Amino acid sequence: MTLKLGVPSKGRLMEKTFDWFGARGVTLSRAGSDREYAGRVEGADGVELVLLSAGEIPRELAAGRIHLGVTGTDLVHEKLAQWDQQVEELAELGFGQADLIIAVPQCWVDVDTLDDLDAAAAAFRRKHGFRMRIATKYHRLVRDFFRDQGVADYQLVDSQGATEGTVKNETAEAIADITSTGETLRANHLKILDDGLILRSQATLFRARKAPMDDADRAAMAALAAKLGVD
Amino acid sequence: MSIVNDRAPYRAEAARLRAFFEAQGAVPVEPAILQPAEVMLDLYGEDIRARAYVTSDPLRGEQMLRPDFTVPVVQMHMAQGAEPARYTYAGEVFRRQEEDPSRPSEYSQVGYEVFDGSDPAAADAEVYALIESVVRPLGLKASTGDMGILAATVSGLDTTERRKRALLRHIWRPRRFRALIDKFSGKEPMAQTRRELLASADPFAGVKVDTGLRSRAEVAERLDALREEAAAAPLSREQVELIEAVLNVREKLPFALENLRDIAVDLPALLPAVDRVAARCAALEARGVDVANLDFEVAHGRAQMEYYDGFVFSFAVEGRPDLSPVAVGGRYDALTRVLGGGIEIPAVGGVIRPGLMLDLMEGRA
Repeated sequence: MTLKLGVPSKGRLMEKTFDWFGARGVTLSRAGSDREYAGRVEGADGVELVLLSAGEIPRELAAGRIHLGVTGTDLVHEKLAQWDQQVEELAELGFGQADLIIAVPQCWVDVDTLDDLDAAAAAFRRKHGFRMRIATKYHRLVRDFFRDQGVADYQLVDSQGATEGTVKNETAEAIADITSTGETLRANHLKILDDGLILRSQATLFRARKAPMDDADRAAMAALAAKLGVD
Repeated sequence: MSIVNDRAPYRAEAARLRAFFEAQGAVPVEPAILQPAEVMLDLYGEDIRARAYVTSDPLRGEQMLRPDFTVPVVQMHMAQGAEPARYTYAGEVFRRQEEDPSRPSEYSQVGYEVFDGSDPAAADAEVYALIESVVRPLGLKASTGDMGILAATVSGLDTTERRKRALLRHIWRPRRFRALIDKFSGKEPMAQTRRELLASADPFAGVKVDTGLRSRAEVAERLDALREEAAAAPLSREQVELIEAVLNVREKLPFALENLRDIAVDLPALLPAVDRVAARCAALEARGVDVANLDFEVAHGRAQMEYYDGFVFSFAVEGRPDLSPVAVGGRYDALTRVLGGGIEIPAVGGVIRPGLMLDLMEGRA
């Protein structure tokens, strides 16, 4: 058997991950053409590179089909129940930083905090006859956050992309989304609530707790961890 | 839950309990497993999605695997004219689990529901005593409370109607309730930026573009509410202490009653709610319940039992917080009003988990 390392299959996240491993003496690269999702590992024995969509890496880790994986903390927390019993955080990689936040229209001058949002939601429901809509793809994280904070009279509407546009299009009144610089929010006339930070996320190397390993895999894992400085 | 699972003993136990309630005069009912999701979502909001399985088809839209029987039984009863009635049912309920893998996502419930406004105290005592008689062999710990006490306390406060409304809305959410008390009493002072905004001649000066469905008029309306709030006298220390005193009542029922009567000296609006507890205490005693040793706690079930708005009770295994209660129940007058479309009827009921009961009796839990 070999140790399987899951890495995002494209874009900046893949390149930065390759750089991070490269700086520690483990060279990752794509095999063959750019379109082929197979990879090569040099500098670490018994390790196989698996290129996957970042969104699938949490599930593959939880299922034990990969032993190690690089993905955002936001995705792990959203997709895995009791995530810390399924995966272990080995290292924060220092890129892919993004905050999951609650944002509302900038013209809501009366809303700066969750307390304001909750009060506005109550009035909104009385006036419009339905609950205030919050567009997001992070349903569990947002629901848990609002339950914990005691925010009521809202509903989540699913938005898998261009979430900032939902307010202008009047398919949602507010959003819960990932932002790194806040530029897209400002361009769409949205502002972040003062206490609306749900989660700080960044690219992180995770180890699957339940992936099956033989003695050779364990040795490969120990050698790789030592080389990466995460043991 | 395992794939191969001998349910026959559980079914038999559920049938036995339902037959017992039928013998007490309850009419058996069988709500469908698939229920329209809209009613539940409207009642409980987004939280219910975390606890119930929601599915859909293109014809009927979003449907939910019934997470409990009470809501469909109330709907059925209200649709049939809301005459006094007693119902019983037995069947599976379905609960999504996101945190605790040891909690079952499918289990059976047997319930007894009383729709009868002629003597609410007697109806409370009837439901409690019947369920108590069923679980008695297990030697469980009984806990009781009354959600009406906290609601009456808030309604009786010497403060603005708006504040009372906000507190009543969050009576089920201890953390937000506490934050509101801190805000209204001045413990959590208003932010400087907020003070400036409310004093500003043009609060919308910094707004570049109006976006979204919530109009400027709605924002202005809330600014008026915020100004009214800022101008109102803070909730006094005495009032905050009254709320705390009420929330701290946790005694054997007769002492709790005495305690509440003492508090009501400073808060006369509490008296009718205290009288209801006293009437229930007498009715329980008349049914042979040992009220002198019955625990009563104002905050009992506050964060969990959301549709109950009066009497609440539960029977649980002492020292086993890992197990769900074997039986819970309570009064839900407001639910009949919400689902009644203009009519309402006082209602109280309780459910038992026959599976857990059997497991405990046979030493499996």
